[in-house]
Amino acid sequence: MKQIPLSYIARNLWVRRVTTLLTAGGMALVVFVFATVLMMSEGIRATLVATGQVDNVLVLRKGAGAEINSGIDRGQAAIIESLPGIATNGNGLRLLSKEPVVLNNLPKRSNGKPSNVTVRGTSALALELRPQVQLKHGRMFRPGSSEIIAGQAIASGFRGAGLGETLHFAQRDWLVVGIFDSGKTGFDSEIWGDSEQMMAAFRRNAYSTIVFRLADQSAFDRLKSAIEADQRLQIEAKPEIQFYAEQSEALATFIRILGLSLSVIFSIGAVVGAMITMFASVAQRVGEIGTLRALGFRRTAVLLAFLLESLLLSLVGGVIGLFAASWMQTVDISTTNFQTFSELAFQFKLTPEIALKTLLFSLFMGFVGGFIPSWQAARMKIVDCLRAS
Amino acid sequence: MFIFRLLLKNAFRHKLRTLLTMLGLIVAICAFGLLRTIIDAWYAGVDGTSSTRLITRNAISLTFPLPLNYAERLKTVEGVTGISWSNWFGGIYITERNFFPQFAVEPASYLALYPEYVLNEDEKKAFILDRQGAIVGRKLANQYGWKIGDQIPLRGTIFPGTWAFTLRGIWDGVDAKTDESQFLFHWQFLAESVRKRSAKGADYVGVYVVRINEPNNAPLISERIDAQFKNSLAETLTETEKAFQLGFVSMSEAILVAINAVSFVIVIIIMAVMANTMTMTARERLAEYATLKALGFSPGFVVKLLFGESLVIALMGGGLGMLVTLPIAAAFAKAVGTLFPSFVVSETTMALQLLASAIVGVVAAAWPAWKMSRIDIVNGLRHVA
Repeated sequence: MKQIPLSYIARNLWVRRVTTLLTAGGMALVVFVFATVLMMSEGIRATLVATGQVDNVLVLRKGAGAEINSGIDRGQAAIIESLPGIATNGNGLRLLSKEPVVLNNLPKRSNGKPSNVTVRGTSALALELRPQVQLKHGRMFRPGSSEIIAGQAIASGFRGAGLGETLHFAQRDWLVVGIFDSGKTGFDSEIWGDSEQMMAAFRRNAYSTIVFRLADQSAFDRLKSAIEADQRLQIEAKPEIQFYAEQSEALATFIRILGLSLSVIFSIGAVVGAMITMFASVAQRVGEIGTLRALGFRRTAVLLAFLLESLLLSLVGGVIGLFAASWMQTVDISTTNFQTFSELAFQFKLTPEIALKTLLFSLFMGFVGGFIPSWQAARMKIVDCLRAS
Repeated sequence: MFIFRLLLKNAFRHKLRTLLTMLGLIVAICAFGLLRTIIDAWYAGVDGTSSTRLITRNAISLTFPLPLNYAERLKTVEGVTGISWSNWFGGIYITERNFFPQFAVEPASYLALYPEYVLNEDEKKAFILDRQGAIVGRKLANQYGWKIGDQIPLRGTIFPGTWAFTLRGIWDGVDAKTDESQFLFHWQFLAESVRKRSAKGADYVGVYVVRINEPNNAPLISERIDAQFKNSLAETLTETEKAFQLGFVSMSEAILVAINAVSFVIVIIIMAVMANTMTMTARERLAEYATLKALGFSPGFVVKLLFGESLVIALMGGGLGMLVTLPIAAAFAKAVGTLFPSFVVSETTMALQLLASAIVGVVAAAWPAWKMSRIDIVNGLRHVA
């Protein structure tokens, strides 16, 4: 079977440049929205999942679900601290951090509107437990002092959180002595200070979470059942990675559902656009179709030619849209994660999987929009076609 | 009249294309309206506020409580005419998916402060007398099919354990803006259970609701209250109920901005589709327009024809889209349940939908009209579409 050459198909699109561009433009916008939404929910997921470390374990009060709801008193903390199987560092210290976590209302730099920032009390061991966190400027806070270090998203986004500035909360002034970079993870949206100082300032007598490193990753299940069997504890232990993945679930799902339903609505518009263009293309070329058929090209060849034209059109739109969306990766956004009710900074993230999905989506629009007009073109009778011109 | 019939005839000369274009318009205008309504719903909590109510909370953040003994001191502040308090409970009904706001409140004083919750006297009395009693808004009751006397179990996340409540009343909102999706129960019941578990944390409340004598005095009274507790263990932050609710909305600002942007993108997409249709129409009728011009019609007439046709299609599609919005919004409101306190398509939204379709019509015709008004008669007559 002879094919109609691709160059003929491509030239048709070029001849009607304005129409092609308008249709492809509409598709590009749809594809842009589709891609950004996927990139956004991927960004949130990637940020929070990367926050957890594989061999770290996080302990919360049973049923708490989030760090701020949780409470672990000192007695329980001591029991957990003495559990076997916790890794030690070079100095023989157990890699374990008992952390009070509170939400603090701070004004944003941009508009002064307050937003909830996570304040975490921790110790020098925190940096060993979370190797992705690196001090970028300044130094670590001194234990026992009113010094704090701030994640880079907080330092740049909130008033008084920059290096050398002071924040006033819990009846004290806290000096920011360091800025840390946690490699685009959730910690970038936190403030860290000395655990005991935070407990005293916020008048809390219970920690929120305890994080520790397992000496042997495979020992988790044994440890978990030991903890849950202990009647004194009433707590639950989770791999840190799983905990943060759960924290991202609600927001990422919400954005994905909202975005996908919008994309479906939009795509109707784009499919209509493609259909109009292809119908017009067929109507304009009735004579040509007749000639092609008279030359011996089969109905399927004509069908294929018009379908390919539509697919090519949508591919142009898809590539333009994807190209525009890839620029979104340079944008930082921050919003309230309503599962934890605290600020979360993240970036749009384009993965090869998203790029593939996006292009397939645009081709699908081209296929749906182009099929009926192509079918119509293929079914025309040679005689009618030739007479029409 | 003649010109209108001509426009209508022209618009439907290419039936399939016009119908497709209108379909696109219907979908777009409907989606535009729906998104605007979602944004409105987001702000619904703000609209339902009263200017005579202030909210006093802990200055650090909402997650920190205030001592119960602040109540007496608040009453003595000049300009305060009534106070009550509430605690966010954050329980789970059966599964996490069934989210609705739950508050432990001081019943008599709280209902006095919220006259928009219309509850009959018997139910009100039954609620106040039963320490394990609860009341809910009509919308929430309908959502789960609760009737008075039903047992409602909640699993606490902030306050551990399983809590059982008996439904004693269902309130109706005084108007469409009133939140009918809340669950209220006795603060005393919560406090006693907390006390049984540990001595600490029982005599604390989440926020105080303060009624003031005169809305204009709100800033002054807020200052007085906060000054009263300055440098105490729990400093307060007092703001109007509206500002308090706006605080929640502005936290999700990024999402709102995105939704807003998206609703404009929709309009632009449909503009591209429309413009496409009009360009084709114009190209096909090149010879006709040339003939009209040769007959002595002015270029302005040709322009009018194109704009008119574009507007006819846009407004018809837009109008249908507006009609479709209402049932879809109702279905959407039902699907999301108690996520939004109220979900109503506003008049402003409908006006904006109309405006958007008019703009689409005008913009779509601009380029072809400009081109057609400048065609050369001879070339035009020679043209074969």
